[in-house]
Amino acid sequence: MTKSPGLRRWTSLLVLGTALTLSANSVDAKKEDKKPAPIAANPYPSTYKPYPGTATALVGATVYDGRGGRIENGVVLFKDGKLVGIGGADMAIPDGFTKIDAAGKFVTPGVIDIHSHLGVYPSPGVDALSDGNEMTSPTTPDVWAEHSVWPQDPGFTRALANGGVTTLEILPGSGNLIGGRAVTLKNVPSITVQGMKFPGAPYALKMACGENPKRVYGGKGQKPSTRMGNFSVDRQAWIDARKYMDGDHADRDLGKDTLEGVLKGEILVQNHCYRADEMAQVIDMSKEMGYKVTAFHHAVEAYKIADLLRENDICAAVWADWYGFKMEAYDGIPENAALLANAGTCVVIHSDDENGIQRLNQEAAKAQADGRRIGIDIPDAKVVSWFTYNAAKAMGIGDRTGSLESGKMADVVLWNGNPLSVYSRPEKVWVDGALLFDAMDPKRRPVSDFELGQPGEGDVK
Amino acid sequence: MSRRAIIAAALAAAAFSPAAFAQDFAITNATVATGDGSAPIEHGTVVVRGGKVVAAGAGVAVPAGVQSIDGTGKWVTPGLFAAVTDLGLLDVEGVKDSNDSEADESPFNAALDVSPAVNPDSEHIAVSREGGVTRATVSPYNGHSIFAGQGAVIDLGADPDAVTKARAFQFVQLGEQGARLAGGSRVAAHVALRNALREAREVAASPNAARSPDALLTRADAAALAQVIDGRQPLYVGVERASDIRSVLALKSEFPKLDLVLVGATEGWLVAGDIAAAKVPVITMPLRDLPSAFEALAATQSNVGRMKKAGVKVAIGMFNTSNQPRYAPQEAGNLVALGKLPGAAGLTWGEAFAAITSVPAEISGLGGKNGGVRAGVLAPGAVGDVVIWDGDPLELSSAPLDVFIDGVKQPLENHQSRLRQRYRSLDRTYLPKAYDW
Repeated sequence: MTKSPGLRRWTSLLVLGTALTLSANSVDAKKEDKKPAPIAANPYPSTYKPYPGTATALVGATVYDGRGGRIENGVVLFKDGKLVGIGGADMAIPDGFTKIDAAGKFVTPGVIDIHSHLGVYPSPGVDALSDGNEMTSPTTPDVWAEHSVWPQDPGFTRALANGGVTTLEILPGSGNLIGGRAVTLKNVPSITVQGMKFPGAPYALKMACGENPKRVYGGKGQKPSTRMGNFSVDRQAWIDARKYMDGDHADRDLGKDTLEGVLKGEILVQNHCYRADEMAQVIDMSKEMGYKVTAFHHAVEAYKIADLLRENDICAAVWADWYGFKMEAYDGIPENAALLANAGTCVVIHSDDENGIQRLNQEAAKAQADGRRIGIDIPDAKVVSWFTYNAAKAMGIGDRTGSLESGKMADVVLWNGNPLSVYSRPEKVWVDGALLFDAMDPKRRPVSDFELGQPGEGDVK
Repeated sequence: MSRRAIIAAALAAAAFSPAAFAQDFAITNATVATGDGSAPIEHGTVVVRGGKVVAAGAGVAVPAGVQSIDGTGKWVTPGLFAAVTDLGLLDVEGVKDSNDSEADESPFNAALDVSPAVNPDSEHIAVSREGGVTRATVSPYNGHSIFAGQGAVIDLGADPDAVTKARAFQFVQLGEQGARLAGGSRVAAHVALRNALREAREVAASPNAARSPDALLTRADAAALAQVIDGRQPLYVGVERASDIRSVLALKSEFPKLDLVLVGATEGWLVAGDIAAAKVPVITMPLRDLPSAFEALAATQSNVGRMKKAGVKVAIGMFNTSNQPRYAPQEAGNLVALGKLPGAAGLTWGEAFAAITSVPAEISGLGGKNGGVRAGVLAPGAVGDVVIWDGDPLELSSAPLDVFIDGVKQPLENHQSRLRQRYRSLDRTYLPKAYDW
């Protein structure tokens, strides 16, 4: 199991913190006093704790493990929030496990959306709650999405109940070239954002290329108003960040803290970018400036450069078949995901949509079918990885969730049929082994504070 | 005239009369879904002659001399009917120059008529056709007025003759958006609506009389609404909240001939009995389940199922570039899935399929009443809009193999299909992709 950059970051800062405490007692204390305070890597720490669950055995289902594996008549065991066994019918079920007959049903890892604006653009979509785009400067690496997330957004509950979503990355919007930090959340009801934060998940930086930033700032009569303006502003920001990184940090700069984190490989770049030629430009920029793009989001033209993305180890997070709503989406084709997978490129199906997040499985199924019709036959089990493990990997949490493997978080969905069929729905959803949605039990259905006492409270939705 | 130009001119002329290309054909031994709400029929046959359906179902004989297509393992259905779309009105939504879906700087509103603007060569039409959509209603969006203008019924055939019925309905937006357009509140929207209808009545009564000095509508707008007043043109009303729906239904007490259609009706299930009693049909997006606005607090995917159960005629619709018409089967399929959940209300397969075929066709005036055009169904006399699918049309894995409109086999190529052919291989060793066509 490889450590994610995020884990490395926590570990190294822990060591740094210890060293500073020790040195305070040293003879050179005077000199130490002049050193700037260490930058807290995690000043808004996760307070998430798994909810209690019972030791559970799902028996008899078709199991997709999220990494391309498929087991017929399988057994999935979890206990104390962790997966403890995944196997065939011959697997022994230890004493004390509640057996759920899942014959004829399907089990997958919890669904993961790498691109969501739930909480920052919540429902109801009124101006007072619209907190997703700090469109006051083309670069705002200083803002953090977690400071905008409204945990009461009813969208979280719909994503859980209809989409089986257990983990999601909340990104700032795409109005800015550098939009700010994203945050990874477990999809659990919580009063605070900290109570949803995925423990130890690395931060990500949302970047955007193309039409949006140039439209927003061009419309204000300021730079950037063109694609070349986009690149010039980006490049200067990275140059300034590197200068800061090499300095003594005497003057804290929140934005440059974030960019420094990217340059050190501790913060992942999630880059909104549609066009093939533009993604290639961004790849060159990342090499010029010494950082790495983890995934291109909305990559509707990724199929044209599937090889380039593969060679640079960059995932393409895509919709199944959105197209034509803006100029840079004009060459969108429904075979995008299949062509990428066929080329060996990492594919993630994402939503960017409070409705779409409820049907990532269906979007993946459509993309699979469109591939099949041009002779690219991708097995169901691999397609499931597009909305589970591949997303987790691109979010830097693939070592903890996204697949059904012993030791991982028990984020599990029991579907009442094949999740790649339109006729199937999540029947039960567990997050860290806790049953947080059960279609058969009206009381296992979260109702946000906002919905209490209002029309539709507690409805099946 | 060059040879090429002669051919092009001949094709264009011929294309104006689709019936000239219509073939007589029969599809045999297929699973046939007629679109009328009934369950699919195994081993069925569909016969099309002269651009019309002549028979569909089990035990149908293929007339002598009619070409027979083996439908074994396939499904045959009427073409999908997409209600309330922007098909043909734009190339790229975000490219203003290409977008004729709204006219927010025009002095006119209700008089606006989309029919001369519809472009049958639009990629959105071609892509929707590939998805099995054969007919649609095209609606303008609101510019600066609660009246968006007059929509059309079109077919999606690859010919220049797209408009089946021009000025097929008027669209008025109420609710939160209508309130903003009218001056800031629902109160203003209702005054604006009533005033407009009264001005329409005056202009209709004396078309050439001088307008009263406090007239707010242009003559053209008032004249357009004259057809709405007397029920000759349906009035589509965009509305979401239960109380707003009640207010719309109440309009009939002052204007009894209004032929109302509710569009949106997110909270329709809360007033389903009232809607059913008023015999007002609904066109809605079925999967909306979020309180996206205060006027949609009670949103649920069970909206369609509950309204249907109460006796409301409900169609799936409201398709635009983001919610493409070719998603219609997926939306309908989800309503079938909903039927399995305790507490939820879904639709049977037949009902769900009807919600994207015959029901929207009927609401749009293509129900064949009084000898008119009948679409959205495989029944004798209906238009020969037929789709052959490689599987259950509501299932995510299925797609059309062949699409016929008025009995004419349609080309299914488009910008997207050409791109997928070009990029199926990433081989860059010979010449640039630009030479690969």
